[in-house]
Amino acid sequence: MSEPLLSVDELEVTFRTEDGAVRAVDRVSFGLERGEVVSIVGESGCGKSVTAMSLMGLTEGPNASVGGSVRLDGQELVGADGETLRAVRGDRMAMVFQNPMTSLNPVHRIGNQIVEQIRAHRDVGKREAMDRAVELLDAVGVPDAEERARSYPHEFSGGMRQRAMIAMALSLDPEILIADEPTTALDVTIQAQIIELLRKLNRERGLAVILITHDLGVVAEIADRVAVMYAGRIVETGSLDEVFYDPRHPYTWGLLGSVPRVGGERPRRLAQIEGQPPSLLNPPSGCRFRARCPHAFNMCESEPELIARGEPGDHLDRCWLEIAERPVLRELPSGQIGLGVPTS
Amino acid sequence: MTTVARQEQASAEPPPLLEVKDLAKHFSKPGAGLFSRSDGGVRAVDGVSFELREGETLGLVGESGCGKSTLARVLLQLLKPTAGSVCFRGTELTSLGTRKLRPLRRDMQMIFQDPYASLNPRKRIGQIVGQPLKIHGLAEGSELKSRVQDTLERVGLSADYYSRFPHEFSGGQRQRIGIARALAPEPSLIVADEPVSALDVSIQAQIVNLMADLQGELGLTYLFVAHDLGVVRQVSDRIAVMYMGKIVELGPSESVYSRPIHPYTESLLAAVPIPDPHLNAERERRPLSGDPPSPSDPPSGCRFHTRCPHATDVCSEAEPPLVEYRPGHFAACHHPLGS
Repeated sequence: MSEPLLSVDELEVTFRTEDGAVRAVDRVSFGLERGEVVSIVGESGCGKSVTAMSLMGLTEGPNASVGGSVRLDGQELVGADGETLRAVRGDRMAMVFQNPMTSLNPVHRIGNQIVEQIRAHRDVGKREAMDRAVELLDAVGVPDAEERARSYPHEFSGGMRQRAMIAMALSLDPEILIADEPTTALDVTIQAQIIELLRKLNRERGLAVILITHDLGVVAEIADRVAVMYAGRIVETGSLDEVFYDPRHPYTWGLLGSVPRVGGERPRRLAQIEGQPPSLLNPPSGCRFRARCPHAFNMCESEPELIARGEPGDHLDRCWLEIAERPVLRELPSGQIGLGVPTS
Repeated sequence: MTTVARQEQASAEPPPLLEVKDLAKHFSKPGAGLFSRSDGGVRAVDGVSFELREGETLGLVGESGCGKSTLARVLLQLLKPTAGSVCFRGTELTSLGTRKLRPLRRDMQMIFQDPYASLNPRKRIGQIVGQPLKIHGLAEGSELKSRVQDTLERVGLSADYYSRFPHEFSGGQRQRIGIARALAPEPSLIVADEPVSALDVSIQAQIVNLMADLQGELGLTYLFVAHDLGVVRQVSDRIAVMYMGKIVELGPSESVYSRPIHPYTESLLAAVPIPDPHLNAERERRPLSGDPPSPSDPPSGCRFHTRCPHATDVCSEAEPPLVEYRPGHFAACHHPLGS
C-alpha cells in the first residue's frame, strides 16, 4: 500500500507543568488519504486539539516535547526546522480554529489579512493578491465579497467570520485543512451552513480535512473515517459506518448513547457514563477507561493494544473484551445504542 | 388548604404555577439620549405570553440573541420588565418591591450555565449551598449543616464535600453543586439557563438524568432554557421556540418535534446534525441562508420573513398572531406548515 498523504505514527506530546509531566497525546497513529475527511472525536482534555496543533508543529516550546513521527508525502515534520515548517504551514496544510474572533486580527481589514498571508508565501503584487482574496471570500459564501473585504472582523457575524477564516486557510491552496471545532461556537443554523461549505470544498477541490470535534452529529455529517480519543489515546478507529453502526469500545457505546436526539422515540433516560475522565497528571495503569467501564475485568489492569479484534481490517479498538463476549449492542426502544445494560 | 384552592381543585384545570402575559424587556442603547434618536434600543423580549403548569418542564429554545436568557431573568425579576405581567401562584410579581419579593424568591430558584463563574471561589461548598437557607432564615447551626449535606447527597455528591472549595471539583460536579444550591430552599420552580451546555456529552447526560430524577422525586417545575434541541427534547413536556424576542411556536414536545408548524422550527430541526450517518444522508436538507437580523432593527411583520422559504408579501406587512392549530399547539405564522 502506498503511503497516505499524511501519516501520523506514534505521536507523543508531553508538557512539563508545575505539577509534573502531562502526556496529552500518547502514541497516536493514523493516516489521511488525499481528498479524505478524518474526524478525531472526543471530550475536553482527551488530546484531540493538541494532536491537531502538533501536526502543524504548533506545540513546540521549552515546556513541550513532541515524539513520534508526522510525515507529509514522506517528509518528516516532527523536529523539522522553522523554514521547512513555514513552507508547509498555510501552503500545504492550513488550520481553522474554534473561535474566529480571537483568530482574526481585530485592527486589520479582513481582505488585508488574507493579502498579507498570500504575499508572505507568494511573490505577487498587492492588487493581484486582493483579487485573489475577494475571489476566495466569494467562494466561501461571503456576500458582496468585494465590499466585505474592506470590513473589519467586528463587522462580521460569527458565521461570516468563520467563513473568512476558511477563506484565509484556503488562500494558498493547501491539500489539507485541519479544522479544530470549527462550528462549536456557532448557532445550529449557521453550523449547518459551515458544514455544507466544508463538504463542498472537500468534494469540489479534493481538499483533505482533519476535523476535530466533540459533536458526533457533526462527525456523522461529514467524516469518511473516525478516530475516537480518550485520555490521550485513540481507543477506536474505523470507517464512519464501522464506528457508528458496529462500535467496539465501551467508551464509544457510551458516547453514542449519551447524545440526546431530535428524532426517533425519546428514551426515558439517556445512557450515561458514570464518573469523569482521569487526570493525565497521574493516569491510571492499564486501560484508561476501566474506572468508568461497566465491563471492566482483571485483564483491564494491563493496557490493551489498538488492533483489529474482529475480522482483519482497519476497524481497530483498544479493549480486552473478546469480540464474542462483548455484550450484544442491544437496540434500545429508541434505536439508541446503549452500554449493553438495561436503561430502566 | 384554602377554600379558593379547594374550589379550583374541583374544576378540571388546576391554576398554572406561573402565568406570563405580554411580557416585554427593552434595553436602551448605552449613551442613548443627547445625540441619538429616541428609538434604536434592543427589544430582547417583545410581548411574550405563556403558562407554566405545576410539575411540568417547559423547554425554551432559540439561537443566541433570541432573548431566551433575558426572558428567564425577567421571569424571576432579576431584570425589571418593561411591560407585561408575571403571575406566580396568583401573585403579581412585577409590581412588588425587593422586600416583598424576597420571601417569594425562596420558591423560585435558578441554575446557571457556567459552573465556573457561578460559584464563589472563596466560599466553601457548605457556605455556597447553605447561603439560600440562611438568607431565608430556614435553618441554622447544625440543622443547616445537615440539610446542606442531605442536599449534596441528593444531587449525587458526598456529604464530605461540605468544607471543600469549588476549584477542587470538575465541571460536572460544580454543576451538581449549583443544582444543590437551587434545591436547598425547597423551591417549586427552577429556571435552568443552559445548565448543560458547558459540559461534555457524557457529563451532560448525567446532569440531564439527575434533573429528571429530582423532578420525579420532588415534583419540581422546570423552565429549561437551552439552544441544544436534542437536550431540550429529552427533558421537556412542552416546548417554546423563540425568534428575535417572540415565541413563534409553543406546544407539546412530541408534536413540535415531529410535526412543526412554524417554518423556523422546521429549519432549526433540520439543521441539527444527527449522530446517525444513514439517517443524516436520507434527510431532506434546506439549510437556512443568512444570519438572524439585528435585534435593534427587527424586520417588519413576521420577524422571520427575511430568512423564510415560504414568505410572501403579507409576511413583511402584518405580524402573525399566535394561533392554536392543534390542541395545545400554537404557532405565529401566515403560512403554517401541514395545513
